[in-house]
Amino acid sequence: MPAIEILGLEKTYMVGFWRKRPKRALYPLSLKVEEGEIFGFLGPNGAGKTTTLKLLMGLVFPTAGSAKILGRDWNDPEVKAQLGFLPEQPYFYDHLTAHELLNYYGQLSGVPAKDRKRRIDEVLTRVGLTDVKGVQLRKFSKGMLQRAGIAQAILHDPKLVFFDEPMSGLDPLGRRDVRDLMEQLKHEGKTVFFSTHILSDAEALCDRVAIIYKGELRGVGAVEDLTSTVQGKIEVIWHGTQIPASLKALGAECHISGDTIRAVLAENQQDAAIDALRREHLRLIALTPLRTSLEAYFVEKLQRAETSAGTMAGKSMGGTV
Amino acid sequence: MTARIVHIASNTFREAVRDRVLYNLIAFALLLSGSAILVGQISIEIERLVVINLGLTAVSLFGIVIAIFIGIGLVSKEIEKRTLYTVLSRPVRRWEFIVGKFFGLAGTLVVNTFFMAIGVFGALLYVAHKLTSSDATILIALYFIVLEFLIICALALLFSSFSTPLLSAVFAFSLFVIGSFAEDLRGFAGMAHGLTRWLATGAAYAVPNFSAFNVINLVAHGHAPSSQLILQNTLYALFYAGMALSGAVLIFERRNLK
Repeated sequence: MPAIEILGLEKTYMVGFWRKRPKRALYPLSLKVEEGEIFGFLGPNGAGKTTTLKLLMGLVFPTAGSAKILGRDWNDPEVKAQLGFLPEQPYFYDHLTAHELLNYYGQLSGVPAKDRKRRIDEVLTRVGLTDVKGVQLRKFSKGMLQRAGIAQAILHDPKLVFFDEPMSGLDPLGRRDVRDLMEQLKHEGKTVFFSTHILSDAEALCDRVAIIYKGELRGVGAVEDLTSTVQGKIEVIWHGTQIPASLKALGAECHISGDTIRAVLAENQQDAAIDALRREHLRLIALTPLRTSLEAYFVEKLQRAETSAGTMAGKSMGGTV
Repeated sequence: MTARIVHIASNTFREAVRDRVLYNLIAFALLLSGSAILVGQISIEIERLVVINLGLTAVSLFGIVIAIFIGIGLVSKEIEKRTLYTVLSRPVRRWEFIVGKFFGLAGTLVVNTFFMAIGVFGALLYVAHKLTSSDATILIALYFIVLEFLIICALALLFSSFSTPLLSAVFAFSLFVIGSFAEDLRGFAGMAHGLTRWLATGAAYAVPNFSAFNVINLVAHGHAPSSQLILQNTLYALFYAGMALSGAVLIFERRNLK
């Protein structure tokens, strides 16, 4: 059973003074997220990631389509007891302390009073806010608010967690902590759906990703599959500071970094490259097929979308002349 | 369901209290005590009348200002600051949120009124040196003031569910002012003719009739409002607040939280 099954979800806002001009925020979106996976929802700013999350959370209403969450209708209030949600750049009741905030959310989520205090202490420890649990949120930094936001999202031990840009506002250490936390959640058997435009985070964490751009789904698949396109090239890394002339002759693109050198060359020159390194008595560190990075895949998808939009616009203009 | 409404109401109450709303009560009590001493010196024989009039009018006005000031931001602030997102992504229904907010604000105003009433009775005791059984009628006037607050709370919430805080404040305060002259508006409607009569009558009955709740002068003279008026005002306030609250729920249930 998929954890999330989105069925043709679509959102059009009516804009303008008289609200008569339609503006499409999300084209019909169909997507499945399996239980227990970390799913990355990627796209540049304004792509429709937050709109999709708001639709799934019931914060905005769809123009068409529906979804099933944990096998049940998404409008079923009981489903929400199994969900955790961290909005983008969260802001909380600043008159409350971190402990009071979590207690309030625990009450709303139906966490029994006898378990609540223990759960609050656990999640505060988990996000590193134990020392400031009695401090009002108005005194929290952006990073601390983000941590409080993560704490409230996992407080009630949900089966499915939605994070909207969870790394935003965090320093490198904070980002690492969030990555660790997401991996822990996966190990606990939870499903994590997170939106981001930071591709390195997605590449490091996700089992599968979907790419959305201008409200339209542009690609979806396992990170390994998306990045497995071998470009007919290999990457050779060896220990040294000098590039042998024989390697240069093979047409290798070389980059020296400290006492290691990285060269990219055609796949059919692999043996020649190894022979050249042997002759020069250089120590080979790695030899791998060159794979497409998630970033390259992402950029290519976006460029293709742009080109297609340009062609459509051109055709449309041509038709009207 | 009930538990969630109670939790939302108590959080609203806590937010209002920590927003330093109650501090104005201390200032109010001090002001009232100070003016009571002054009044005692300049108004011979009618000290009691002036203190009750001054005190209850101040309770009413301060309460209305607090109700509008807090009420208009109850929903819009939560949307603007996105605190609502983490509430509605839980098993909380939208109507529970609105009703919880209403009870939270109403609770804040009841507590405010309680403390302000202590100030009024304190001032009265200071100028009259004793409280008589007829002073109990002040409690009825205070009850009517609380009923007014319930209507204003519901209206502020209604406007807050679809409008900006500034416009909500303008709408709510305008309705309070017009509603205070509802009897005059009904009188005008009775004298008008044709379309004007229809429009004036419609407006007179659509706006909340706050003039029926103003018994301050009556109790200041030691007269008790009739039990029929008490029943009538209670039912009217509950009906009007209920309608306004239902309107707020209907609008909020359909609203996209962009």
